Amino acid sequence: MDLSIRKVCKRFDGFNALDDVSLDIGSGELIALLGPSGSGKTTLLRLIAGLDLPSGGQIFFAGEDASRRSVQERNIGFVFQSYALFRHMTVLENVGFGLSVRRGPARVPAAEIRRRSLELLDLVQLSGLEKRYPHQLSGGQRQRVALARALAIEPSVLLLDEPFGALDAKVRRELRSWLRDLHDRTGHTTVFVTHDQEEALELADRVVVMSQGRIEQVGTPDEIYDRPVSPFVFSFIGESSSLPVRVEDGQVWFEDRPIGIPAGEVANGAATLYFRPHDVELLHGCGGCLAGTVVSSRRVAGARRIDLSMGAGDVIAEIEVPADHPSLAKGRIAFRPTRWRIFPARADAAPTTGSASSGAALPRLALTGS
Amino acid sequence: MVLDIPADRNVAPRSAVTESPLTRMVLIALALGFLLLFLVLPLLAVFVQAFAKGVDAYFAALALPDSLAAIKLTLLVAAIAVPCNLVFGVAAAWAIAKFEFKGKAFLITLVDLPFSVSPVISGLVYVLLFGSGSLLGPWLTSHGIQILFAVPGIVLATIFVTFPFIARELIPLMQDQGTADEEAALSLGATGWQTFWRVTLPNIRWGLLYGVLLCNARAMGEFGAVSVVSGHIRGLTNTMPLHVEILYNEYNFTGAFAVASLLALLALVTLIMKTLLELRYSRAGSLSTPH
Repeated sequence: MDLSIRKVCKRFDGFNALDDVSLDIGSGELIALLGPSGSGKTTLLRLIAGLDLPSGGQIFFAGEDASRRSVQERNIGFVFQSYALFRHMTVLENVGFGLSVRRGPARVPAAEIRRRSLELLDLVQLSGLEKRYPHQLSGGQRQRVALARALAIEPSVLLLDEPFGALDAKVRRELRSWLRDLHDRTGHTTVFVTHDQEEALELADRVVVMSQGRIEQVGTPDEIYDRPVSPFVFSFIGESSSLPVRVEDGQVWFEDRPIGIPAGEVANGAATLYFRPHDVELLHGCGGCLAGTVVSSRRVAGARRIDLSMGAGDVIAEIEVPADHPSLAKGRIAFRPTRWRIFPARADAAPTTGSASSGAALPRLALTGS
Repeated sequence: MVLDIPADRNVAPRSAVTESPLTRMVLIALALGFLLLFLVLPLLAVFVQAFAKGVDAYFAALALPDSLAAIKLTLLVAAIAVPCNLVFGVAAAWAIAKFEFKGKAFLITLVDLPFSVSPVISGLVYVLLFGSGSLLGPWLTSHGIQILFAVPGIVLATIFVTFPFIARELIPLMQDQGTADEEAALSLGATGWQTFWRVTLPNIRWGLLYGVLLCNARAMGEFGAVSVVSGHIRGLTNTMPLHVEILYNEYNFTGAFAVASLLALLALVTLIMKTLLELRYSRAGSLSTPH
């Protein structure tokens, strides 16, 4: 079932938790809501579920306005961060709960509840554990019981709040691919909240990056990583270095010299240059490039990360060099980004406010040179 | 005993927060002696006095019509007051723990009011409210409704005094448990009523039972407030604690201590059940917090 969120706002005691959020989610999509804490991602998930009601705006389920429907009427499957399993019920009773509360014509016979619950436990690979109580399960098992319980009511949309937040790294990776697999098999429209970009980029069809109650960017993992549309997204996703630069007549200047990067369509004036530490080429002395003094270096897996003190100010840029790079000893390294973005300083001055400037007057992007 | 302590005790490793054996012994002896003197001895005295004239005299004293009436009345009052406070207590705890609203702090203070007011004052409030000199008094009299110096007054005073026990027990428990379980039940399609019976109530059952136990013990043992509103009419408005006082004032020691021994027994049973519940409660509690 497709979802449509139209200009939704949510205020808590004068604080805007969500501010004019619009988003379309296609049927069967797997969507990640990604952002730092306080960005409004969980609030948005709860509004979709009907656990909270929006202060303004509408939410459409398959074209019908569901904004005023109660949580029971929305038929959603919600998996809570803490799982919220009923501790006095067995695993089987937990999974069957949603069916057992149905009354009237929708009533489900006990035998049927049992059959479907067992089927779901099989789906989440927990067969044989149906008589256990939640406290007798590991974190990953609880997570899967919560998921089976949510799936039991055949929800029109599956909502997961930080589904892997409470698990250790190894279990988290296993469950991640398992969830992707499950989604592909069952085809539920799924929205999950996470603060872990790796999780979002790996798992989701599309990622919604949120900050301070607004959507910064919606796109496929590739789009989000390769073409971030705002300084916030660039610095939040992946690793990034930034330098204060100046655009003059189509050239990008750092302090007193041009650095050999075309400014593209960015207007003249102060700007900020963003690049990924690994997207740099090392040069042997240069007329038009960046150069800095080595401040510190650390070994990161197969490469070495170096902090460079740039120019006269105390600006630090981080770049990645081969582990055996000799220039460490020299103390000075020249380089040039191979892929980068330039954002005018105005948008950068308040990169995370999500004010109108980051939407309408979004900076045109300079594209890569190489 | 001091001599038993090894000479090298200064070098023997001892945790910085552990006292010396001597200090420990003195402290333990003090605590035990105090308990013995002020709690165990009086309790024993009650039973010794009750059985001073033999087992037959004991049961004869309990079988007197006035004593039986007092026991019946006490059971009746508890049977009304405890269920009332069960409902009010759960409702108040639910409201305070699960919802945010203005005046919440004030409501918590109100719940605690009966604890902070002397029971005698609590009783007096009802005399002022329903007595013949009050606003309601004449209207009640003209309609033939007797509240003061009758069972309704005793029940009201008891409810007032015992109100906080269940609510106080549940509020921290329910606050701690949060609302995620309830939200999960609702998202699965359960109605509010189903959520309460199938999720909320099972989650709080041990705390609730514990509160009921304490509430019941106090309801049966309450003296001050009940004394003011009861009127001490023998066989009619005397509860067990009031009856004990009357018998004692009449130098009927066997009777007084026989009835008192029942109350003491109630206290002991409550204590044992409370301990059992606490064991169960803490185990269930530790199991139910997996995160």
